[in-house]
Amino acid sequence: MDRRCFLRTAATAVIPVLPAKSASAAKTPENKEFVGVLVDTSRCIGCRACEVACSETNGNFVPDVINDNALEKVRDTTEKQFTVVNRFKTSKGEVFVKKQCMHCWQPACAAACLVNAMVKTREGPVTWDGDKCMGCRFCMVSCPFDIPKAEYHSTNPRIMKCTMCYERLQEGKKPACVEACPTDTLMFGPKRELMEVARHRVYSHPDKYVHQIYGENEVGGTGWLYLSAVPFDQIGFRTDLGTTPYPEFTREFLISVPLIEFGVPAFLLTLNMLTDRKNEVRESQEWTNNGAGHE
Amino acid sequence: MSNAAVNSPSLGSELARFLKFLLQELKPRGKWLTPFNIISIPTILLGLVILYFRFTQGLGAVTNLSQQFPWGFWIGFDVITGVALAGGAYVICFVVVVMRIEKYHSILRVTVLNGFLAYLFYSGALLLDLGRPWHIANPIIGNSFGYNSVMFLVAWHFFVYTFALFLEFSPAIAEWAHFDKLRKILSKLTLATVILGFTISMLHQSGLGALFLMAKPKLHPLWYSEYLPLLFFTSSIYAGLSMIIFEGTISHHVFKDLIGEKTHHAHDQIVLGLAKGAAVTMFVYYFFQAFILLHDGERWKLVTGFWGFWFLLEIIGFVLVPCFMFAYGVRHKRLGVVKVAAIVTVLGVILNRLNVTLIAFNWYAVDRYYPSWQEIVVTLMVVFIEVWVFRWFVTRMPVFSRK
Repeated sequence: MDRRCFLRTAATAVIPVLPAKSASAAKTPENKEFVGVLVDTSRCIGCRACEVACSETNGNFVPDVINDNALEKVRDTTEKQFTVVNRFKTSKGEVFVKKQCMHCWQPACAAACLVNAMVKTREGPVTWDGDKCMGCRFCMVSCPFDIPKAEYHSTNPRIMKCTMCYERLQEGKKPACVEACPTDTLMFGPKRELMEVARHRVYSHPDKYVHQIYGENEVGGTGWLYLSAVPFDQIGFRTDLGTTPYPEFTREFLISVPLIEFGVPAFLLTLNMLTDRKNEVRESQEWTNNGAGHE
Repeated sequence: MSNAAVNSPSLGSELARFLKFLLQELKPRGKWLTPFNIISIPTILLGLVILYFRFTQGLGAVTNLSQQFPWGFWIGFDVITGVALAGGAYVICFVVVVMRIEKYHSILRVTVLNGFLAYLFYSGALLLDLGRPWHIANPIIGNSFGYNSVMFLVAWHFFVYTFALFLEFSPAIAEWAHFDKLRKILSKLTLATVILGFTISMLHQSGLGALFLMAKPKLHPLWYSEYLPLLFFTSSIYAGLSMIIFEGTISHHVFKDLIGEKTHHAHDQIVLGLAKGAAVTMFVYYFFQAFILLHDGERWKLVTGFWGFWFLLEIIGFVLVPCFMFAYGVRHKRLGVVKVAAIVTVLGVILNRLNVTLIAFNWYAVDRYYPSWQEIVVTLMVVFIEVWVFRWFVTRMPVFSRK
């Protein structure tokens, strides 16, 4: 088979596959929307029922909310507690803020994971698979919210974080924290609907809320959204994270990889062929001899 | 003529001969109670005890790692700094094999051996740090490919490059074991493996910088830039060259008996050549840093306070100053100046990599990370074992030129 014949055969073999693939994709459109939770911090009373519900559902450390005085200092989530409520003293008095994984639209942790152990599921939650993870902790380095936590004192350490109760969602239930909340601070639903609710609240009470929905655009948008009566930097949020999805920061580098992998070897081979040391033309010998004839 | 001798015995008898030969070669030679052995043997034993606790009680038992500092000394120094300092192998391979510059041929094998062992041990140190090391093969065997991850690229390239370095060094092993036929085949692969090795070195050296691209809000803005991959790649060139000068100087003292007269005398010229290369690359690196600082609007305003001082110390004290020292040493043929410059440069590369991974990382953190003594002992253990293996190789295989 000559080359032209091969190319023709290859082309005819490939072409029918392409439209067939796109046609079959069109038949089963993906109607799913990413879900999330809207947190209206102006409603939160700091009862920490969400902390208890979360820990009970995930089999974690259940805090003694009545006696532990945990609100006295600002806490971080841990490998034993996927959500915490913190109290902030602000210009408008005390504000309680729940903290957990933000379930980013384009998560840095999932882009960081070399074995796809950390994944953005089709439903929206970001989950972790222990059968794949090798424990490199690059997800922890990459997460702009410092959410994934490692079990350093285990010989089989897991990466622990909120999964938005992925298993409960598949049973058609709401996340445990949302169900436990007595003040409707937490609202579960598709992000599109949550955004409508959030905007409606801001528009109808323009004096009550700051005109920003944290998570609408932060780090390219997150599954969890926050409303606040005071600027977000007063209640423990980083406001310097930007609106670029974090995987974008490595995109250009990763695109250059195949270009370099094909380009550089060819370039090096060319250099090697050009440096034909055995037949090197010595300037003193050949060139001046030829030049002398011209003179 | 030697072909006939190799062809005639069966594979089985050849293998038996090799195993016998290997057992004989594995026996220690020379004096036992050298100062190096007195220091290294207890350190290695202590390191092994620490590793026992690490694998029975978890990373937290022996390291100071925290949720805010998921990467500590084992990653920041052993892997990220170690790999930068092992950059000499791909540079020298390029110069000798691709550009066919014979002047550096006598250091080719020792540099490749150094590179191979460095990759084997320093990227091998990664295994100690991985929480679930039994899943290490997942990104290689295709359990699940995270194409979008820089770490995926780095993992693959570490793996392939270590193998490429092994292939590049393999003719020396074949020569040592008297596999003459195999040596001829392996020697033919050299150009291909060097070209492959250079390409993937370029990518994983820069890839180590790219690991921190997503850590944008955590890394101090003076160290964070979108050009981190370029900076890491450029600095790996002079890091490697300085390390060759440093290691070469030690080797020429310690292994004096193994090195031929002619090679020994030619070494000074080689050092000056390497120094010239390092000076130029360092100036390019300095230019990149200055360009990034001045080109990007308000960035230069960050050069204030402690972090501004710390940044300038790194860029001027540990890049520009040794760069001029190299240039001065080359111009006035002052080998002493060149060797001091090489040490300053190596320290500068260590400082830079530790700044990116540990010091300027989470620079706002209240609870700072300091390596525990166990982390340092294990690091020393890795270095010492590498030196032991290196010594074993060079005293048995044709690594140095005896001419």
